[in-house]
Amino acid sequence: MIPELGNFALILALLLAITQGTLPIIGAARGIPSWIALARPVVQGQFVFLAIAFGCLAYSFVNNDFSVMNVARNSNSELPIQYRIAASWGSHEGSLLLWVFMLSAWSVAVSVFSRHLPDEMVARVLGVMGLVSVGFILFLLVTSNPFDRLLPAAFEGSDLNPLLQDPGMVIHPPMLYMGYVGFSVAFAFAIAALISGEMDAAWARWSRPWTTVAWVFLTIGIMLGSWWAYYELGWGGWWFWDPVENASFLPWLVGTALVHSLAVTEKRGSFKSWTVLLAICAFSLSLLGTFLVRSGVLTSVHAFATDPARGVFILAFLVIVIGSSLLLFAWRAPKVGLGGKFDLVSRESMLLANNLLLMVAAGSVLLGTLYPLIMDSLDLGKISVGPPYFEAVFVPLMTPAIFLMGLGPLARWKQASLPELMLRLRWAFGVSVVTALLMPFIMGEWKPLVSFGLLLAFWVIATIFVSIRQRLHNSGQGGLFTKLARQSRSYYSMHLAHFGIAVFIIGVTLVNGYETEKDVRMEIGSTVEMGGYTFRFNGASPVSGPNYQAMRGDIDVLHNGEKIRVMQPEKRTYNASGMAMTEPAIDTGFLRDLYVALGEPLEDGAWVVRVYHKPFVDWIWFGCLLMAFGGILAVTDRRYRLKVHTKHVETATVADDKRVASNPRLSTGGKKA
Amino acid sequence: MKPRHRKLAIIVSGVSALGIAAALVLNAFESNMVFFFSPSQVAANEAPRGKSFRIGGLVEEGSIKRQSDGVTVNFVVTDTAKVIPVVYTGILPDLFKEGKGVVAQGKLSADGVFRADEVLAKHDENYMPPEAAGALEQARIQKTVMTQ
Repeated sequence: MIPELGNFALILALLLAITQGTLPIIGAARGIPSWIALARPVVQGQFVFLAIAFGCLAYSFVNNDFSVMNVARNSNSELPIQYRIAASWGSHEGSLLLWVFMLSAWSVAVSVFSRHLPDEMVARVLGVMGLVSVGFILFLLVTSNPFDRLLPAAFEGSDLNPLLQDPGMVIHPPMLYMGYVGFSVAFAFAIAALISGEMDAAWARWSRPWTTVAWVFLTIGIMLGSWWAYYELGWGGWWFWDPVENASFLPWLVGTALVHSLAVTEKRGSFKSWTVLLAICAFSLSLLGTFLVRSGVLTSVHAFATDPARGVFILAFLVIVIGSSLLLFAWRAPKVGLGGKFDLVSRESMLLANNLLLMVAAGSVLLGTLYPLIMDSLDLGKISVGPPYFEAVFVPLMTPAIFLMGLGPLARWKQASLPELMLRLRWAFGVSVVTALLMPFIMGEWKPLVSFGLLLAFWVIATIFVSIRQRLHNSGQGGLFTKLARQSRSYYSMHLAHFGIAVFIIGVTLVNGYETEKDVRMEIGSTVEMGGYTFRFNGASPVSGPNYQAMRGDIDVLHNGEKIRVMQPEKRTYNASGMAMTEPAIDTGFLRDLYVALGEPLEDGAWVVRVYHKPFVDWIWFGCLLMAFGGILAVTDRRYRLKVHTKHVETATVADDKRVASNPRLSTGGKKA
Repeated sequence: MKPRHRKLAIIVSGVSALGIAAALVLNAFESNMVFFFSPSQVAANEAPRGKSFRIGGLVEEGSIKRQSDGVTVNFVVTDTAKVIPVVYTGILPDLFKEGKGVVAQGKLSADGVFRADEVLAKHDENYMPPEAAGALEQARIQKTVMTQ
């Protein structure tokens, strides 16, 4: 009964989505106020029905209703309650239901927080989101209905993949999806601008916080995924350039470019068409990511389901969405205009260069991810493109990008002077070079690549200091704290996010440069030395968990002869699936992680044990968190909160635009001004 | 510089920067592509020597042998037509089992042993790596052709 109710709610949501995707857009085009006014209530109604549908699915999981195919395949009565709830989005069907549910949640958020926007604009934005929703709900109902019955009912479910039975996996997919789906708002704003042909600084200011919030979710989602892979997959890496990871990284790269390009559109009125194109790309790549992970075309961890009907549907959907939005772009972009002009050396030009670098990076990741799939589908041989390719491409592309990241915030808008910049930054450069050369000695060994990585990180940090110092110097009278308080949150947010990048680079550089990994045979009582620590193996004994049996190893960690910690890695076998799983034990520290995992049992109680010493590895995820906090800080900036203030800024920017437009120096598109 | 010249300079430098980036990407792509070969193809000398590639198939029953150091493992990969002996040092994935699908990356040494530096077994009990499945299918077709 409950699953049928869920199914019915889903069908009603589809009908509302169709209404949402058609009437408000037509109403906005024809000027029919009653159709325009329909947008908000329909969005909220759709949300209610999708919430009911999602609740019904979760209910079936929690109550072990094995007459529902989805539940029987992805859950088990022994499964702890939190994983039964998480299992509702652990499967293909459930995760797509979560996708549209989140889409409707974002739509409701837009409908609530858009009171100050023109009604036509809201109608178009919500209409576009409604069309996306139609595609996904249709996909659910036609090819992957989460409420399909299994008759006769299964006596017991076949369990959630043990890899997904983990707190990180409970929140990772919702975070990632919030990011993916969040880009639909930026996309909808862009399409609405193309349809109406109106695109000014105010447009950029409306879509900017939405994009930033989506970017924050995506950042946290990717971070959680990386962290999960580190402690759950049992081989201690934090990024594998696996197609599934690339699928989430692609929208992130383009989304990062979009966040910066929107900043230029808001402040200077430039990059208009480029911003629209980026918004279309970011969302298209989010869709592609969903397609790659969920259609089963990939040969990786996430490819649980393989069903060609689904693949064809998503592919068709993808072609329709991307194709029609690019067509619309080609047709309408000239109306939107190019926007303000700027000089060869200016903050705009640096942001543009970084945008291009991010896009080339995204292109190279896309190539490495899709090329093997295309080769395979055309029967041209099976190839794989591994981490060496991505590393060879990424480091040279990101090096100039990070250099410019330090330079950009100090450069003036419109026209900057290179000699002046060099003069202002000579100390920052000197300090970062010296520190980067000396730091590796503290770590014990000088390595050129480590020095190089640290140089980039210290350059970013040093330029942040210079920027804040000069900003305070130029901000009038008052004590240090008055001056600090005078700066806007968006200013700090930029530096916080950039600082996160620096912390991230330090983590990556040092863990790559100085990690030690050993796979060793350990007999009871034997020891291994690593990074100043001694690991003593005391044997392994059987334990049983709620839904698994395990061998739990017992390893003492000694530092300077003193026992500092007992580590208990496990080798689990799950009851329902019989699947084996390695559960490493990790001692997390500010400067290093100790990581032990059990391999295979040998004779006489000995085991093959994997022992890792990973310096600064947690800085990688900490850096991502700082980036995300930067984003959160940015959306709490007062100009988004104060509507009275908003008007004032608007007029100022428009005046700015006019001044910029009257300068016939340069145009972004190389078009003669 | 006249504005027109400056504009030209920007376009030229932009295009050449993109060109360099593209060359870099394609070069890296070219040199880091890893090809896949089935045991039958390796037996027919189709696989490169001295270059890394991937093999796949089933781990032959009864073929896993652990050397005395405990971490070096010998096993045999088969596509049911031909076999390749493989040696690997390190911890094997959780789902590495005799009779199950496996994909390994490494180099073929002169003595015909495949020295793997990476062994992949997929994270689902009943899931067969597509490469391994493809190798088995290919070998089955070959056999049918030969017996006819």
